[in-house]
Amino acid sequence: MTGLLEPHAIGQSLTRLDGPAKVTGTAPYAFEQPVGDPLHLFPVQATIARGRVTAIDSSAAEAMPGVAGVLTHTNAPRLASDEDRELWVLQSDQVAFRGQFVAAVLAETPEIARHAASLVRVEYAEEPHEAELRADSAKLYAPDELLAGEPTNTFEGDVDGALAAAAVTVDQTYTTPMEHNNPMEPHATIARWDEDGLTLYDSTQGAHTVRVTLAPVFGLDPRQVRVIAPYVGGGFGSKGMPHAHNVLAGLAARMAGGRPVKFALTRQQMYSIAGYRPPTIQRIQLGAGADGRLTALAQDVIELSSKIKEYAEPTGKGTRVMYAAPHRRITHRLDPLDVPVPTWMRAPGECPGMFALEVAMDELAVACGLDPIEVRVRNDAEVSPESGLPWSSRNLVACLREGARRFGWERRDPTPGVRRDNGWLIGTGVASSTYPVYRLPGSVAMIRLLGDGRYRVSIGAADIGTGTWTALTQVAADALGVPCERVDLRIGDTALPMASVEGGSSGITSWGSAIVAAAQAFRDQYGTEPADGAEVVAETPDNPDAARFAMQAFGAQFAEVRVHVDTGEIRVPRMLGVFAAGRIINPRTARSQFIGGMTMGLSMALHEQSVMDPRFGLVVNHDLAEYHIAANADVGDVDAIWIDEHDPYVNPMGSKGIGEIGIVGAAAAVANAAYHATGIRVRDLPITADRFLS
Amino acid sequence: MIPFEYLRAEDAASAVAAVASRPTAAFLGAGTNLVDHMKLGVASPELLVDVSRLPFDEVEPLPGGGVRIGAAVRNSDLAADPILRSRYPAVSRALLAGASAQLRNLATTGGNLLQRTRCVYFQDVTTPCNKREPGSGCSAIDGYTRYHAILGASSACVATHPSDLAVALTALDATVVVLGVHGERQIPLADFYRLPGDDPHRDTVLEHGELIIAVDLPDLPFAARSTYRKVRDRASYAFALVSVAAALDVADGSVRDARVAFGGVAHKPWRATRAEEVLRGAPISDESFLQAAEAELAGARPLAGNEFKVPMARNTLVAVLRELAQEEAR
Amino acid sequence: MDVRIQLHVDGEWRALTVDTRTTLLDALRDRLGVMSAKKGCDHGQCGACTVLLDGRRATTCLALAVAYDGAEITTAQGLTNGGMPHPVSQAFLDHDGFQCGYCTPGQVCSAVGMLDEVKAGQPSYVTRDLARSVELNDEEIRERMSGNLCRCGAYVNIVAAIREVAR
Repeated sequence: MTGLLEPHAIGQSLTRLDGPAKVTGTAPYAFEQPVGDPLHLFPVQATIARGRVTAIDSSAAEAMPGVAGVLTHTNAPRLASDEDRELWVLQSDQVAFRGQFVAAVLAETPEIARHAASLVRVEYAEEPHEAELRADSAKLYAPDELLAGEPTNTFEGDVDGALAAAAVTVDQTYTTPMEHNNPMEPHATIARWDEDGLTLYDSTQGAHTVRVTLAPVFGLDPRQVRVIAPYVGGGFGSKGMPHAHNVLAGLAARMAGGRPVKFALTRQQMYSIAGYRPPTIQRIQLGAGADGRLTALAQDVIELSSKIKEYAEPTGKGTRVMYAAPHRRITHRLDPLDVPVPTWMRAPGECPGMFALEVAMDELAVACGLDPIEVRVRNDAEVSPESGLPWSSRNLVACLREGARRFGWERRDPTPGVRRDNGWLIGTGVASSTYPVYRLPGSVAMIRLLGDGRYRVSIGAADIGTGTWTALTQVAADALGVPCERVDLRIGDTALPMASVEGGSSGITSWGSAIVAAAQAFRDQYGTEPADGAEVVAETPDNPDAARFAMQAFGAQFAEVRVHVDTGEIRVPRMLGVFAAGRIINPRTARSQFIGGMTMGLSMALHEQSVMDPRFGLVVNHDLAEYHIAANADVGDVDAIWIDEHDPYVNPMGSKGIGEIGIVGAAAAVANAAYHATGIRVRDLPITADRFLS
Repeated sequence: MIPFEYLRAEDAASAVAAVASRPTAAFLGAGTNLVDHMKLGVASPELLVDVSRLPFDEVEPLPGGGVRIGAAVRNSDLAADPILRSRYPAVSRALLAGASAQLRNLATTGGNLLQRTRCVYFQDVTTPCNKREPGSGCSAIDGYTRYHAILGASSACVATHPSDLAVALTALDATVVVLGVHGERQIPLADFYRLPGDDPHRDTVLEHGELIIAVDLPDLPFAARSTYRKVRDRASYAFALVSVAAALDVADGSVRDARVAFGGVAHKPWRATRAEEVLRGAPISDESFLQAAEAELAGARPLAGNEFKVPMARNTLVAVLRELAQEEAR
Repeated sequence: MDVRIQLHVDGEWRALTVDTRTTLLDALRDRLGVMSAKKGCDHGQCGACTVLLDGRRATTCLALAVAYDGAEITTAQGLTNGGMPHPVSQAFLDHDGFQCGYCTPGQVCSAVGMLDEVKAGQPSYVTRDLARSVELNDEEIRERMSGNLCRCGAYVNIVAAIREVAR
């Protein structure tokens, strides 16, 4: 058990420290960093899904005034490592997915680069491809492990026997579509080579992650790669790891004679280069007594991966910790296809998996004639169902109860399809949320006392909109026992000490723990009267409690849905999330994280679907007019609150990660409310108007 | 985008002459659709003649009671125009249903009418499309059809027209005033757009070099009781799955006259003449409205994946007519 | 094809050379280094590039710079008055109406333009009675701000910020 920090700055609703620069647009994002005399890069993408490049005619492009060069696999600098095939850019004639980079033009202006790229003629030897996820695919296989090393399959007891004996069963298949992260800032990088190595101004969730990933690809020592990313226009996972565009920019900069190379993906290009959430097909089987208590719980997942790089979405991860049931089976199978490489997207695993589980739980409630909250309460797990570990804290039931009270749940008539107002059918639904407390190893914080009495706190962390600039300042202030004004935080640069990626909602736990350790070391070393320039570094310590406790945040989400009787249009006027996520560092930015996740979950529920045309291997709705994310008018009264939760085991701040839990369960709450409104059970996302028309 | 020359037109005649004399020239309004297509490689004009500042920026009464809308009137200004709001509310609502406020502040009346389909294959030059590249084939017909036609399509093209404004104008019998090298001509909007047939690359009957200078709305008193309803996948800022523009003239419990057009269902705004025939003289009731809708949609031939548009169009029309009838009753 | 133009950007005349292909957005960002207008989609589909163009909110990614010679452009940066944030910007700060900040300058410009449109009596798609003056309720704000996408999901706070300024 850790001694928790005494909260002074922690818990204060500070406005964002980076706010003034952001509301005026003066915070420099990657592409906006001032560099002198840049060249501009525009790529050529494969127009086949599988095969070989047989010829490239770049003569017309090269002849164009203002073109500095055309890169192809025949002339691009050689890379040092092909371990990550996604990053093996312009190194061979092989085409592994439609949209793969096959050439690129470097030019004096963006207009010239783009026009010249359109003149590069590429010929292919096309081979048959497969781009459609199919449950009956002959190629399904079980990966060795899932995304973060989770087991592919887990079994307990006799699921089939328990299902056969169950008083009530639910056996349904749920699907979630391919979804693209679509941060508002397109992936962008400025690359420059000089005698010291490679500098990247990058839009990334982890400057150090980019460095350690790309250094071996370019055959460099990590110290030869500098990555700068103080402001990042969203990522939601797609900027968690570098992608092919980073490598392409680096290759181009190699050929640019020391000039910086600017490269921003177009929105359209992001659909094949920047990653996405793979589609899933999930069969859920629930067996329960007439009292709604689960006896059997099975989730069998079939999901897409790419042939060149395995990506195993840990879809059943949430189910492993949610509900108690003696007989359990959770399995994953991958269908490897000739498609772009998937990646993390907000709550990989929990997000699609909990959609299926939480709709299934609603179906169980209906089958048992029980209130859906009561079903969840009855199946609350006293210990973590698979590991058997006690919880460091678990307040799912408190969230459900508090949400029910605030949402007006007690007045709810469970009968579906009977509430009508001016042509709209009305319903309400609930779903549970969960997300683990992750602590990534290896972050290092440096604290130095400046001459003006302020402490410079340096750590190569990231703020992708999560509020890191502000929240880490608050953590550092309490760790040092000073007001926030005396903390001068530096993040977003590999010139600062190592920091883990902003992913898995792990930032505050990982980086904050390093800062607290450094502050402790500072006091130990310098006592109460440190001299100017006094300096320490410290690393994120291991948490011995992590082996003793299961650590998860929990929540409950409520949605009101209206479905138009005539047109089938669906609206969500109201959502409420109640979360139990330890101590909240900054209520203002934390609420934004929660409602932001819920809003993205609403968007997932109603809109999002990357339409893969399997004939081409192409996501055909590859822009923001055709791939819908929720607009302002789609989002009603979304609110999030939290319950006081004391957890002395997770980290010295007592906090749990909050960046992802808001999206977990949100789509299920909407789907369940849509059922309550209409009596129509939608098991395939997104929930569009046509589902309600006959 | 290929390099191009830019010319700001001094007057309409010289603009027409400049474009008509050069096959690779095009008129530029606000460019909110053309520049989009130039970036995608869908359009590659070598000369742009900017007509956005020609003096066609007024909404004026016409002798005989109609209204003339200048082709350069911005969508937002037109939507807010007091005459349109009171006498032709369907037109205002249709404009307000389109795009976003910051696009409507730029987009012109003429440009709106000439926007091209949102078919995803049309917009992606790496896929076959008969509209973009005649003879290359239609990728949509066996592909992603959610936004595609259920009426009047051909085996060559199943695209829909994306304009909201055009649907309302079609319903209300508007006429397009066009200037060509041989002078002006007037084309009823109902005849302005084409069905795809065998040559879907042509959206309209305009000849190269013909410039829309105005749109005339005839005097139609019952258009004051008109509206536009757009059903889409987002609550705002999205193209129509199905839309309906309608005006209803009601007396003594029955329909005296009606104007109806559908959007999102065909290669052109779909004037629902069969529905109008059924409505004329029919009693005001959901049954009448349903019969009208079904008469029009009897010819619907949905594609695999957009079958839902038939009930969606039917129900939306019934809902709109019901609303207009109730409005009339108040 | 290069053309010389002048733009009045955030209170200052700027002369520049653009390709005829250069959009107003790229003229600001690539030629003038004015980065407040953001590029989110480059096709009029997100609103991140919204500025006040001759006083009205407008997307700049589909506007050819050459067609706007002499235009007056105000970005979110230019809304600042003597170092003091614009009331809309301040409300965004107070209500945490943003997270990553990338759509934010466009949201701010859009909100400023939108409030002027309401003042001028312009209706929206959700205005019940086109003949009457507009009452700026939440539904109106949401509809009128729907041309600015926010992937972080700050809409609720954006609406709260604008509601406060409109009061």
